[in-house]
Amino acid sequence: MKNARLIARLDVKGPNLIKGIHLEGLRVIGDPQAYARRYYEQGADELIYIDIVASLYGRNSLGDIVARAARDVFVPLTVGGGLRSIDDVRDMLRNGADKVAINTAAIRRPELITEVAQRFGSQCMVLGIEAKRTGDGRWEAFTDNGRESTGVDVVEWCQRGYELGAGEILLTSVDQEGTRKGFDLALIEAVSRAVPIPLIASGGMGSTGHMVEAFGHGADAVAMADILHYDRAGLPAIRAAAVDAGLRVRRDVGEVS
Amino acid sequence: MTRVVHVVDYGIGNLYSVARAIEAAGGEARLTTRPAEIASADRILLPGVGAFEPCMQTLAKSGLSEPVLEFARTGRPFLGICVGMQLLFDHSLEFGRHAGLGLISGHVAPIPARDAAGERKVPHIGWSPLLQPEGRSSWEGTPLQGARPGETAAYFVHSYNCIPDDPSRRLAEVDYAGYRVCAAVMQDNITAFQCHPEKSGPAGLAILARFLQT
Repeated sequence: MKNARLIARLDVKGPNLIKGIHLEGLRVIGDPQAYARRYYEQGADELIYIDIVASLYGRNSLGDIVARAARDVFVPLTVGGGLRSIDDVRDMLRNGADKVAINTAAIRRPELITEVAQRFGSQCMVLGIEAKRTGDGRWEAFTDNGRESTGVDVVEWCQRGYELGAGEILLTSVDQEGTRKGFDLALIEAVSRAVPIPLIASGGMGSTGHMVEAFGHGADAVAMADILHYDRAGLPAIRAAAVDAGLRVRRDVGEVS
Repeated sequence: MTRVVHVVDYGIGNLYSVARAIEAAGGEARLTTRPAEIASADRILLPGVGAFEPCMQTLAKSGLSEPVLEFARTGRPFLGICVGMQLLFDHSLEFGRHAGLGLISGHVAPIPARDAAGERKVPHIGWSPLLQPEGRSSWEGTPLQGARPGETAAYFVHSYNCIPDDPSRRLAEVDYAGYRVCAAVMQDNITAFQCHPEKSGPAGLAILARFLQT
């Protein structure tokens, strides 16, 4: 039985934690730091920050938010959105990030994956994928937070990304994202069969049952946003459900003093 | 009095998190690039992230290999983390065969990928509960004092693990889909972790707090 991770995902626009549906129709949720601390205290295994307008504007504004989080949050932090170069990555790691998620810039220039992996290690290079269903058993990779079509096949791109040095995949289903209707299980299964690196499934979790399904279809971690931000279920209850389902999650998360 | 840890800053990785975690554990972290500061330190922490060979090369180029070796011989508390643990061994097999500091007899080898059920992915990423290796029945007097075997979990992210020649050096292990990963080693004044205490929540901060007390 493999380890299963429960990750809180914080999509950020400017200074605000936000949430949309299909990555659109954004609503302001609140101060990202307050939510980050709460999720850490409730036992999130990791946090993922995505600056959802960074690619559009060509810069990531998460530096300060991540630096603030790294002061008080002692679990791994992954940061994505608009990172385009080794220098961008280095700056984000200096702010306290442990890993970076790269989507748009990697599609435009795949060698960036290798450069980041060689300079900072594969463990640091998370390939971000925004997948839209195009037909029977096929998905297309999108960029710029689900706005731009690329014509790239998701499964082939994941394989290429792995070969280029990605250490992990953050797989977001644009179709399911924000819908609370469950993960795209066929997508999870297709990618997890195609690549041997850990897979973080993102988009669609509306219940703990959805989480169990995602792990059953090959996910190594689930990224949760809506369900946590709107407090539809808390991390302790989600973790308890994972334990009940026989998943190998961290059981003793300890007390934050 | 606040206990001070000198963190060896040889230009690798994110030292901010480890420094913050030491503070949160009740200590004071001082990043150092200077041999004289290492020589006079009360306790040091050797970090490391990425691949073995670039870490070893960078440590040597920064002129800190010898000071680190000399510090280890003083008997004062020494903590290695992740690749900072691997560097303590004789050699690593990552991307060829590369010599390490040779403080602990043994080598660094890849985690065998994929068990029969296809469940052992490499890198090993995530939280795994710490176990006591065969022949060890207590963590009293070590930085793991207070941790509960099989319950207390720590965060791992690595593709290689240390194989000490003397199995009694193994302080903790984890069961990764049937393979026993060496999670921590201890030899006299040296303790080292493959996992990341600075990223392991309250359990990790407790490990650092114990190290501060040694």
